[in-house]
Amino acid sequence: MPDQLIFAMEVFLNGLMAGVLYALVALGFVLIYKASGIFNYAQGVMALFAAMTLVGIMNGQVPFAHLINATFGTHVYTFGWTVPAFLAIILTMGVMVLLAWAVQRFVMRHLVGQEPIILFMATIGLAYFLEGVADLMWGSEIKTLDVGLPQGINTWLDEVTFEIFGYGFFIDNLDIFASIIAALLVAALVAFSQYTKQGRAMRAVADDHQAALSVGISLNFIWIMVWSVAGFVALVAGIVWGTKSGVQFSLSLIALKALPVLMLGGFTSIPGAIVGGLIIGVGEKLFEFAVGPLVGGATENWFAYVLALIFLVFRPQGLFGEKIIERV
Amino acid sequence: MFYREAGDFKTSYRDDNQTFPIKFDRYRYYVVLAVAFGIIPFIINDYWANALLLPFLIYAIAAIGLNILVGYCGQVSLGTGGFMAVGAYACYKLMTAFPDVSMFIHVILAGGITAIVGVLFGLPSLRIKGFYLAVATLAAQFFLVWLFNRVPWFYNYSASGQINAPERDVFGIIITGPNAPAWATYLFCLIFLTACAIIARNLTRGTTGRTWMAIRDMDIAAEIIGVNPLRAKLSAFAVSSFFVGVSGALFFAIYLGAVEVGEAFGIQKSFLVLFMVIIGGLGSIFGSFAGAAFLVLLPVVLKVVGADMLGWPTDIVAHLQLVIVGGLIILFLILEPHGLAQLWRVAKEKLRLWPFPH
Repeated sequence: MPDQLIFAMEVFLNGLMAGVLYALVALGFVLIYKASGIFNYAQGVMALFAAMTLVGIMNGQVPFAHLINATFGTHVYTFGWTVPAFLAIILTMGVMVLLAWAVQRFVMRHLVGQEPIILFMATIGLAYFLEGVADLMWGSEIKTLDVGLPQGINTWLDEVTFEIFGYGFFIDNLDIFASIIAALLVAALVAFSQYTKQGRAMRAVADDHQAALSVGISLNFIWIMVWSVAGFVALVAGIVWGTKSGVQFSLSLIALKALPVLMLGGFTSIPGAIVGGLIIGVGEKLFEFAVGPLVGGATENWFAYVLALIFLVFRPQGLFGEKIIERV
Repeated sequence: MFYREAGDFKTSYRDDNQTFPIKFDRYRYYVVLAVAFGIIPFIINDYWANALLLPFLIYAIAAIGLNILVGYCGQVSLGTGGFMAVGAYACYKLMTAFPDVSMFIHVILAGGITAIVGVLFGLPSLRIKGFYLAVATLAAQFFLVWLFNRVPWFYNYSASGQINAPERDVFGIIITGPNAPAWATYLFCLIFLTACAIIARNLTRGTTGRTWMAIRDMDIAAEIIGVNPLRAKLSAFAVSSFFVGVSGALFFAIYLGAVEVGEAFGIQKSFLVLFMVIIGGLGSIFGSFAGAAFLVLLPVVLKVVGADMLGWPTDIVAHLQLVIVGGLIILFLILEPHGLAQLWRVAKEKLRLWPFPH
């Protein structure tokens, strides 16, 4: 087998793994969009916020330490304890639920019935707000996150592929774990929305707000729940990405990576987010591998968008999106 | 008392169609112009020009451009930063290739080139709508920035990858480079802003503007009553990109002087201009001015209050700024989705009845 083909296969596999990670972020978008018609730009910042809160709780940092010290002239930084990862994750989830309540109570409730574009802008404002709060709360320096996920080269795959091709593939353990987590997450979400009372209510709201209201479903409750679930997805994405590349500002930019995934898959479809993620992940890695060196590299910055753009021209609602029917 | 149309009789069609039909408005407009052109250039210094006035003038042009696209034609664009970069790099290439040609022509040509690029990226808008379009314009943003970063021809093969504005003059007065006097750079930008505002105002109240607004309000209905969506959407993209390109050229050549594309024209810039349009008011030329002024002033005020008066470290002030900007955007959308321009309109309505409301 020629070397190039083997390399391409390795790139393909790595692309699949990257795609799963994109899909993980895209899932959060789809959930909120389906249930409330809000395109939540803040999803990426929520992932950042969740990861920072997790690190902060684990290290026993004092929230807003910087601000407190600047205002009162004190020198407090940490409580002096560390919290085990499992407990910290649960506490962080609590914070995300609180955040969901606050978003619903102070922002979205006042914007019911506004045009979608206004809601979208509001979530951009929310993204800025959250980013500032996260930095004020936990400090803006780069932090490492370690909740015990395995990292480094997967030796088993390396050996197996070496046996077959005479060349060991480099696949990160973390990526494999992330894929498993993502698969579990999707399965859990599907089960939740299909088989539980709250999940069914959520789907009813997604289908038709007024009809859902008329059979006695509380919109307020459902929306808080949806934002909490999105917060949970953000937490998972934050843990995986934070472990991979450190908890820092660039984490919030993964939201921008998830957008072309959504466009490709369709805003309203969970399978679409997965398939779109895989296509984008594989596509951009292979493109960078094949064409990148010819044009100066770093094509990953834009390839996904251009791919999605070209795709949309032929199919404006994405792969799995609901058909757009327009009437006067 | 002063602000009313009573007694202001229009005796010709020309009077009837003027931009400011109320006498008080008209005089206010003349006074603003007189102050901007006749007084400020004599009292301006470097600090005021660089910290406030130049960014305000340049962002106001960009905001007017984006407002045409988003506020009047309803096509949400997140590619403003990319289009500003096109204007800046076009201006740079023209400046270095034709050193003897006037800067006025360079800036206008840079706007024209941006308009062509804008139409190109506007083509998908005929098929893609709403959010899908907003995300699709991000393709322009990322692709253009990457292009200017990676293709050495655009930055004349300079070692740093930056572009630097060479010294150029208009009628013998230096207006680019570090030796340019503050009043000259200010006047140069002001002339462009005034021209852009007048053009935009008149375009939006004529046939072109009405077709844009018809497309914005409901594109299918507009199509049925005979608005050509191809022409309306692409003309909006062209005009909007022209203004944005002009502002990008000025931003680079007059204001910054040296530019690294990812830093100066990144996605943050797109959002900044979009915020100006939202806070100012969608579909209002005055709103573009107000939004630009607000978001240029805010960081300066915060810095003065936070860092200089309260003595906080600068990084806290920077983070607080994010919180405040984000919070203000949400607050504006909740309290007044139509922005500062709507407050202005309400104030004018009140003023009309003052001092005898009923």
